[in-house]
Amino acid sequence: MDTSRKIIEVQNLVKKFGHFTANDNLTFDVFGGEIFGFLGANGAGKTTAMRILCGLSKPTSGTLQVNGFDVYTQSEKIKKTIGYMSQKFSLYEDLTVAENIRFYAGIYGIGYRERRKRQQELLERLKMPEIKNQLVKSLPLGWRQKLAFLVAVMHNPGIVFLDEPTGGVDPVTRRQFWELIYESAARGVTVFVTTHYMDEAEYCDRVSIMVDGKIEALDTPRKLMEQHNAQNMEEVFLHLARN
Amino acid sequence: MNSFLGFIKKEFYHIFRDPRTLMVILGIPISQMLLFGFVIRTEIQDVKVAVFDQSNDYMTTRIIDKLESSGYFSVEEYLENTNDVEAMFKKGNIKEVLVFEPGFAEKTLRDGTASVQLLADASDPNIARMVTTYTQNIIRSFEHEEFQQQTVPMQINVQNRMFYNEEAKSVYMFVPGLMAMIMMLVSAIMSSVSITREKELGTMEVLLVSPLRPLQIILGKVTPYLLVAFIDAVLIVLMGNLVFEMPINGSLTLLLSVCFLFIFLSLSLGILISTIAPTQLIAMFISMIGLMLPTMLLSGFIFPIENMPKVLQWFSAIMPARWFNDVVKDIMLKGSGFFSIIKEVAILTGMSVLFVVVSVKKFKIRLE
Amino acid sequence: MITIKNISKSCGKVEALRDVSLNINQNEIFGLIGPDGAGKTTLMRILVSLLLPDKGSASMGGVDVVKQYRQIRKIVGYMPGRFSLYHDLSVEENLNFFASVFGTTVEANYYLVKDIYQQLEPFKTRRAGKLSGGMKQKLALSCALIHKPEVLVLDEPTTGVDAVSRTEFWDMLGKLKQSGITIFVSTPYMDEASRCDRVALIQGGEIMTVDQPARIVEQYGKRIWNVKSAETYRLLNDLKAWESTTSVYPFGQYLHLSVDESTGKEDIIAYMQSQNHEPYVYEGFSIIEDVFMDLMGKQ
Repeated sequence: MDTSRKIIEVQNLVKKFGHFTANDNLTFDVFGGEIFGFLGANGAGKTTAMRILCGLSKPTSGTLQVNGFDVYTQSEKIKKTIGYMSQKFSLYEDLTVAENIRFYAGIYGIGYRERRKRQQELLERLKMPEIKNQLVKSLPLGWRQKLAFLVAVMHNPGIVFLDEPTGGVDPVTRRQFWELIYESAARGVTVFVTTHYMDEAEYCDRVSIMVDGKIEALDTPRKLMEQHNAQNMEEVFLHLARN
Repeated sequence: MNSFLGFIKKEFYHIFRDPRTLMVILGIPISQMLLFGFVIRTEIQDVKVAVFDQSNDYMTTRIIDKLESSGYFSVEEYLENTNDVEAMFKKGNIKEVLVFEPGFAEKTLRDGTASVQLLADASDPNIARMVTTYTQNIIRSFEHEEFQQQTVPMQINVQNRMFYNEEAKSVYMFVPGLMAMIMMLVSAIMSSVSITREKELGTMEVLLVSPLRPLQIILGKVTPYLLVAFIDAVLIVLMGNLVFEMPINGSLTLLLSVCFLFIFLSLSLGILISTIAPTQLIAMFISMIGLMLPTMLLSGFIFPIENMPKVLQWFSAIMPARWFNDVVKDIMLKGSGFFSIIKEVAILTGMSVLFVVVSVKKFKIRLE
Repeated sequence: MITIKNISKSCGKVEALRDVSLNINQNEIFGLIGPDGAGKTTLMRILVSLLLPDKGSASMGGVDVVKQYRQIRKIVGYMPGRFSLYHDLSVEENLNFFASVFGTTVEANYYLVKDIYQQLEPFKTRRAGKLSGGMKQKLALSCALIHKPEVLVLDEPTTGVDAVSRTEFWDMLGKLKQSGITIFVSTPYMDEASRCDRVALIQGGEIMTVDQPARIVEQYGKRIWNVKSAETYRLLNDLKAWESTTSVYPFGQYLHLSVDESTGKEDIIAYMQSQNHEPYVYEGFSIIEDVFMDLMGKQ
């Protein structure tokens, strides 16, 4: 983690839908190479905030920069420098692995030679070069999730947003998935992740917990556990969310 | 609460809370009716006709004048015989030939009736139909003006003869055809989609794992559509009658009973589709391509069955809508009673029973 | 209460279940724990008579799930993986409908769902589609309970629901157990094992072990070291390369490390120092997930 380099800077972010305040005055920074956990109950406002950070929706007020670009005026530039992966949608199941890679490379304007190089590298990181020409739907769920992550960081984004990336994946694959995340973070990619697995929150460098549109806590998992006198992050979460 | 009533109540909630469903069951019948109605009623103007007047008396002259002055027709030629009629039609200019029998006025006054034959080029049946109808109306109005002072009822016997399509049977064919189409739409498509929606949502799993029997689930799902489709049928008959002056010469009860039978049949088709289709989209596709298209094309709604190749005529015999069209036409236009339509009713009933039996058999009590 | 004997089931080419046998006692909360694709849903669907097993047999309360399926459908309350509710019906209408399906009324068995339904009462006119995940889950549970079933079969009731709702949900299951209902529940969250009386760990269509969650961990018997340094990823690679390591993987803020028997804490510290890590090592305790991964490795 490189605290001198701010990837996300959010000050007083407010997002309202009619009378409903989905994000109530959020202020936080995310640093380069950090693994940042973004937690909250269903409906606490996580998805809204994440959409704004990805440039998909405009905030009602507040100043926000992602990768040094302003979300109000430079959302197209933001989209080019971020990666995104969700549990629900990431790869086309009826295309092969290589075809998916080619498609995403095309989106981000990666040329032929560069693509070949990165595809090679990607398959090596997965340790599965033989799956190149297999249909994505024929792969086990865990492999698909790992592949989706690597595709999401293929264009070397400054930050990658992961929305519930490990839902339903077996524990061994989940560990391998986190190894990939650690590896990317060690290379300097910032990882912004939402999850329902509270134990997974402990993998993050820092964690923020949203309750009813506000950030109620933001610190390292260890400090949060100390502050709330808790054995694990689940207790911290319950303690905050229940009040 | 009785589980059947509970089911129906829930189904009505689905119908009334979904704007798209409401659109289909109310918007489509009305808009289709108006659309087809006005397409068919396009005005005609200056249609070229020829006359073969074998009597040349004051009555035939007045009728010809009346035709000319109506603005709809212009008399292009006076013929000496009917030999050239076919050649004339082939050239395509003349659309209709009026043939007055010899001694027209004299016969009318003596026998109370005389004949005029209308020969029409029915290669385009719609135009032929319109032209002859207009001509008939003009002759009728002449009849009315001329004979109303007379004590003895007199009438002019108008005989139509269509060339290339002997009888353009389907005057007002669109009302029965449209009824068939819309009832298919509401009953078969909507019910199959609503059943497959439960499969997609996963609620079918819960219904299956309940003590409800397959027949109870099916009846609960389709009864509301039976009612809705029936309302549509009444709506179409009413609009046909009030807006487009489609006569109802036969018994209204009989007509509505036949509609009910046809709706029942369409619903059983819908259930059959839902037992095959795993998703709403597929149910929609099967209904559209397997039901709606053949119903439109092969039932005599748009293309007269008589003009079809033999093979397609056989196909049209397995289209429920074809038999339904015949019955509705018979009841509404000819005023036929139950005994003259017994064959069609038997066919429709047989088809319904077949579909119901097959779909109840095919309805799975499990997920595989 | 539930007896499952040697059940095998293939879905197409995939063997979803391989020779699965389980006995679930009257009035216990039995957890079926495993990731997606392990065969949990298939097993549950066989139990509630939605699927037929290729081999083997199963019964609930002495009633055979294949031959006497109509009987089964009267005694079981089933909640499928996705909360199967009608989104265009309100909370109240959903509950009334499911009560009517079973030929009963909400009033007749209200005492059973009271605790759960009371939390939904303020929203009873809201359409089910507009409820949050946690509330949908509670409504689906109420609907599955409203006919007073003897057995509750719940397929992943806590998936996609936040931690608060999940804890509340397990509290509710605890209360239901007191009213004499047998509960068979599946989950992909390993940490939920501790909320069950007994659990079966399932992976690749096979049951790996069945026992009380505490005993499963006890019998595991391997020592786990929690280790940590400033550079997690480099440490992971260094430990993977170390010949004394038997297994190492990320686990929350630490790495979980197992080493061979001759290696002690001092050896680990010494190794980490030799690799320029500031060592943080202490003995951890293993949890179900460690056991699961170990069993997966053996499989």
